[in-house]
Amino acid sequence: MGNQLKRTPLFEAHKALDARVVDFGGWEMPVQYSGILAEHQAVRTHAGLFDVSHMGEFEFIGRDAADFLNRITINEVKRLALGQAEYSMMLYPSGGVVDDLIIYRVDDEHFLMVVNAGNIDKDWAWVEEHLPKSGDLSAVNRSDRQALLAIQGPRAVSILGRLTDLDLGALRYYHITQGGVAGLAARVARTGYTGEVGFEVFVPPEQALALWEAMLTEGEAEGLLPCGLGARDTLRLEAGMPLYGHELHENIDPLSAGLGRYVAWEKPEFIGRDALARIRDEGPHQKLVAFEMVGRGIARQHYEIQRDGERVGEVASGTFSPTLKKNIGTGYVHSEFAVPDTRLDVVVRGRPVEARTVRLPFYKRPR
Amino acid sequence: MSNIPSDLRYTTEHEWVRLEGDEAVAGITDYAQSELGDVVYVEVFEPGTPLTQFKPFGVVESVKAASDLFSPLSGEVLAFNQALEDTPELVNDDPYGEGWMMRFKPSDLAELDNLLTAEGYEKMLAG
Repeated sequence: MGNQLKRTPLFEAHKALDARVVDFGGWEMPVQYSGILAEHQAVRTHAGLFDVSHMGEFEFIGRDAADFLNRITINEVKRLALGQAEYSMMLYPSGGVVDDLIIYRVDDEHFLMVVNAGNIDKDWAWVEEHLPKSGDLSAVNRSDRQALLAIQGPRAVSILGRLTDLDLGALRYYHITQGGVAGLAARVARTGYTGEVGFEVFVPPEQALALWEAMLTEGEAEGLLPCGLGARDTLRLEAGMPLYGHELHENIDPLSAGLGRYVAWEKPEFIGRDALARIRDEGPHQKLVAFEMVGRGIARQHYEIQRDGERVGEVASGTFSPTLKKNIGTGYVHSEFAVPDTRLDVVVRGRPVEARTVRLPFYKRPR
Repeated sequence: MSNIPSDLRYTTEHEWVRLEGDEAVAGITDYAQSELGDVVYVEVFEPGTPLTQFKPFGVVESVKAASDLFSPLSGEVLAFNQALEDTPELVNDDPYGEGWMMRFKPSDLAELDNLLTAEGYEKMLAG
């Protein structure tokens, strides 16, 4: 295999737009085009277009698909109506997170699971390891056979709406449908990772370029900008959404991460349930907090968090918030300090800088 | 193409210095600001802090990451460009003018010989 970086079908299109390209979890991806702040602002006020074809897609088809997914994920897939989606996770028996993901019920016995790009190989190995030896279930890793574009922002409905006959207004949040987009057969989901209204459009890789260009052209007059992973990260953090490798990883469970609402406790069994139940009963030792910097300085991942000079935790994510014009972050701290409006210090280059805990999300879209 | 004023001296780490009487002003180059992307934070050591040539004098942060700033000359910090506290984007907009970062008192002008001329810096960028 070697260390060859993987590329999406749009790599050349990104280069043509003068994108700055970086290594992201083994993928050569655009981090920015015009600039992270301009792209972030475009998504909050107009629209942004993201190539997220690096994400992984697994399909599960058959009578036993729902039971299998219920065993390897924390949420309840049988609750999903046709065309509905849910946020979920796969856990290790320890309760630590294998990956966070979205499951779409695209048909009665047909589910689509979208996983993080950097985790595709690990996730697929985990799935295969737990597949039943017999039964009516076909599981396929279609990650190389799916391109995925996300159009996000207040103008996304009108821009995408002109490219499709689908009734986008009727497509509810966390739902998916099928239809023609720019003359291409596509799946369209009302999901995203920005805190804005938006859609994710799945097409085969051969059609990614045509879709990308159609959306860019259609959106230009409405202020749509191509957006890279830099803006994707600042947008998701403002919206309070976790990122695997930061807020979630193999040593963090969903309860510590404040994501207990996605655990379907009514399921008698799923991988990681026993450990989670113990954590629930004892209470997590550490919890995720959100904070704003009060003193001057930007928190970054792994910076120490102190309380009265004592180490009480570590930063998970930190950045300048383009919308709030403040420095914001998340971190794991001893549970007793995971309370809003608590004074903490983030150690920035050896110096404790005052921070104050706040409630997530940092940003909520105006309705 | 990157803007490289001919009257400044440069470090290989992309800082510039301009002498003004017996004081000096330093910042980062047009190339550096373009490579960093949007600058969202600048911090310079407190006035009075001694400076050593090619050692840190502060930090510049883009949205994604923090980078050290390296002093073009030895000396002592006189002032931080306070305007950058609220408008760090001046570094992107005007890296050699309003986006200056530090005013300082150089202690040994012979160190200028260790710096690149505009021509030398341009050659370095051309690789």
